[in-house]
Amino acid sequence: MKKLFAKHNNWFFKVGLILTVCMVGIVIIGQFWTPYDPNAMDAAAKAQGPSLKHLLGTDYFGRDIFSRILEGAGATLLIAFFVVLLGAGMGTLIGALTGYFGGVVDEILMRICDALTAFPSVLLALIALAILGPGRLNVIGVLALVFIPSFARIVRAEFSRIKKLNYVSLAKLQGVGHLRIMLRHILPNTLPVLLPAISIGFNNAVLAEASMSFLGVGVSASEVSLGRMLSDSQNYILRGMPWYAIFVGLTIALLILGFSLLGEGLQQED
Amino acid sequence: MNFVLKKLATLLITLLVLSFLAYAAFEMVGDPVNLILGTNATPEAAEALREELGLNRSLPVRYFDWLFSFIRGDMGRSYIYRIPVRDMIGEKLGLTVTLTLLGFALTLLFSVPLGVYSARREGSWADRFLTVSNQIVMAVPAFFVAIILTVLFGVVLRFFTPGSFVSFDVSPGRFFLYMLFPAISIAIPRTAMTAKMLRSSILGEMQKDYIRTAYSRGHNRQTALRAHALKNSLLPIIAFLAATVAEMLAGCIVIEQIFSLPGIGRLLMVSISNRDIPVVEAIVMILAVWVMVVHFIGEVVSEMLDPRLRV
Repeated sequence: MKKLFAKHNNWFFKVGLILTVCMVGIVIIGQFWTPYDPNAMDAAAKAQGPSLKHLLGTDYFGRDIFSRILEGAGATLLIAFFVVLLGAGMGTLIGALTGYFGGVVDEILMRICDALTAFPSVLLALIALAILGPGRLNVIGVLALVFIPSFARIVRAEFSRIKKLNYVSLAKLQGVGHLRIMLRHILPNTLPVLLPAISIGFNNAVLAEASMSFLGVGVSASEVSLGRMLSDSQNYILRGMPWYAIFVGLTIALLILGFSLLGEGLQQED
Repeated sequence: MNFVLKKLATLLITLLVLSFLAYAAFEMVGDPVNLILGTNATPEAAEALREELGLNRSLPVRYFDWLFSFIRGDMGRSYIYRIPVRDMIGEKLGLTVTLTLLGFALTLLFSVPLGVYSARREGSWADRFLTVSNQIVMAVPAFFVAIILTVLFGVVLRFFTPGSFVSFDVSPGRFFLYMLFPAISIAIPRTAMTAKMLRSSILGEMQKDYIRTAYSRGHNRQTALRAHALKNSLLPIIAFLAATVAEMLAGCIVIEQIFSLPGIGRLLMVSISNRDIPVVEAIVMILAVWVMVVHFIGEVVSEMLDPRLRV
């Protein structure tokens, strides 16, 4: 960790880290404590603007918007976490195997990856979710699948570059097994490209979840998420309550900004 | 022109594979007969409808039939509205393409000057300001820009009425005024990304040997940049711009929803929730063709600029 700080001592990294830690920290606290019950309706406080009592105001049912955003952001971040975990995990596995061993399988898989990455990932996810139907697990599965090619591509490029280096040849001469070379000798050296990719992956996952749920093919109607809230809050704009949509949008934007600054900072050295 | 033909062949094969996958996937969604007649239809009526829709044939037969009709311009009939899909898509596609092209034009118009200016003044306050603001702006999702624009120009300043789209036939002027705001929403994040890429591409070129040679021949930084570095630094941008057009099309689906534009994205979402499979299939194919063609054009342009890529 100390090495990471010394290596990326730039403003993008610092600001991105602070923003991400703050946002994720608030959201995690929100999973255990919210100012109000996110679903409690208060008939006396319907459609109010921001105030000291209700920080971000209330909706038509008198539910506290701040508490609901905390709950929604938690759901969105959890989805993003599993999407990146599965997508990066599978992508790294595929990229490592194909990059290290090469051959016909590598050729074919990379062609498929090329064709898939040509398509906007939002579009692919939209089509897949249209077939499968909405739901939290479907969103995670589909987005993870859509994210695999981008991770596979960069990990493969690193593996096929590093495997030709002298220290790997030396390790092979000394009789180190393939698995150990891949895990102990090559994988740690792919981190400089893998870490920014994971950060950008979080950025894309939050954005994709928000877009899918906004369009109504993401989480199902009974579940919460930032995308769903964004689509609900649309109706409030024209009825003189634009802040609901702005606060939800701002939450998404700040989450994404944190991850994207972090990714940019990790790419730049010193 | 050999390289163009080669790319074209790859393009067609990819499209063929994609179209089959998309068709097969949507056929698995469910029996449209239940959807149209309801679950308590008599078996005879269901059989007759199956006959009418041509669903009693095997999947490969239906696929090739659909593919060849599609190539001829016949996209089948909507299950729900029973009218040709082509009539449903026609105008809406025009609107979405207009929106994408408008957004792309705005992106080009602003990103190239900003990127070049920033690179010319590397290290100055203006450059630092642009770099930081680009980094922030590119992380702002297009739908958030759309919400801000709706609130600012629609609700507060009343430049346009959100939700009341004016078609081109009614009033071209008001049509473009309304379209301007969605176009700006999709253009802003992409402008920041393109300007950032162009800046680092130009600065990368300025480090190369031929620029040092240009200095020794009496060029200064400005003229060397304009005469030598600019053209070479555009090369990596072209592939990115092709991806931009493809991404913008996908972005349109969300933006159309926010601005209530009757474009192809809204039709896609409505058809998905109606399970109107022929319409969904046709739109997915059109989007696929669009994405592939845009990348194809990008590759051909790159190869024309840099003959080395043809090998």
